[in-house]
Amino acid sequence: MTTRKIEILVGAFIVVAVAAFLMLALKVANAGVSGSGESYVLYAKFENIGGLKVRSPIKVGGVVVGRVASIDLDTVYYTPVVKMEINEQYSNFPETSSVAILTSGLLGEQYLGLQPGFIDETVQILADGDSIQDTRSAIVLEELIGQFLFNRGN
Amino acid sequence: MITDKLQTLGRSTIDNIAGFGRSGLMLFGALVGKPDFRKGFPLLIRQLYVIGVLSLLIIVVSGLFIGMVLALQGYTVLVKFGAEGMLGPLVALSLLRELGPVVTALLFAGRAGSALTAEIGLMKATEQLSGMEMMAVDPLRRIIAPRFWAGVISMPLLALVFNAVGILGGHLIGVDWLGVDGGSYWSTMQANVDLYQDVLNGVIKSFVFAIIVVWIALHKGYDAVPTSEGISQATTQTVVTASLTVLGFDFILTALMFGG
Repeated sequence: MTTRKIEILVGAFIVVAVAAFLMLALKVANAGVSGSGESYVLYAKFENIGGLKVRSPIKVGGVVVGRVASIDLDTVYYTPVVKMEINEQYSNFPETSSVAILTSGLLGEQYLGLQPGFIDETVQILADGDSIQDTRSAIVLEELIGQFLFNRGN
Repeated sequence: MITDKLQTLGRSTIDNIAGFGRSGLMLFGALVGKPDFRKGFPLLIRQLYVIGVLSLLIIVVSGLFIGMVLALQGYTVLVKFGAEGMLGPLVALSLLRELGPVVTALLFAGRAGSALTAEIGLMKATEQLSGMEMMAVDPLRRIIAPRFWAGVISMPLLALVFNAVGILGGHLIGVDWLGVDGGSYWSTMQANVDLYQDVLNGVIKSFVFAIIVVWIALHKGYDAVPTSEGISQATTQTVVTASLTVLGFDFILTALMFGG
């Protein structure tokens, strides 16, 4: 076999492998959306984050607008602080917005549901590094059952 | 009696350690030094063809079938929980994290590793390696180095092809045959697969496996007893040792990457 033919086949091999990688990256891992696009940071404090994890999605009306960057514990009050990375193209959330930890389906993954608030003259737009004040924690099933049983006892 | 046993144990330990040392020296002699791209590149291309391109067929066929079997078996369990929409992540994660790198490495050890050992062992038996040294050509640089690099380059690429084909095979069975919704196959996969955590860790794994398999294959050939029996033993040892080492390292790497 001539050198030229071998070189062509090796080149084709590399091309096939790169195509496989691109397919895995774009079609399977969907790196285009969750990748390194421009984003800004918001914080939110919760009482209980339930099963929320780093890289959980942040959704507005079901549309993913960002991801959870990190979850830490406030060292003064010992409440969880969630750092959210939100896509730069959605940068007009007012400070009256609220954020809740929701569950997709009955047993599904937990995600952050962001609810945009109203705007008037006194309301400011959230900027990079601001905190969302109005938060609702995750519903913990055991606590819910405990409350239900307690109420029935009365 | 007992001293004889002890002696046997001691001898095999010393032999093993000496083997490690020789394999390290072999790799050091082959890889360390000023690279000569003008001479080395054509040799590398030739080996990429023999090791990589010719392995493509077996990788594609086994990837396709493993993806299909995964989808078929995963479906029978998932459908009991009404969760057949999660077939995509099941197939993709098992391929990307485990089966892709590991099965590629096992097939590679059987397809290319054994051939490397036999080729180099025969070169040694027919004294071609000594002949090269007589002509002031370093056999480590001319024979070992291009084969090593070709293996290390082509195995991660083969694993990527294996993963991609396997996921398409899972799609073929899951969506086209068993009737899982095609949109949810891809969308749940995209929601659950992470480029760095899953895809790139799989590539790192197959990189490590490539070094293991090629190193073992080359060393067993280079160190073979130069008789027909010695070469056949060396070839068998290559496949057995490389497969077991790959499986052992897979456990360690999985524990490091996904265990924490």
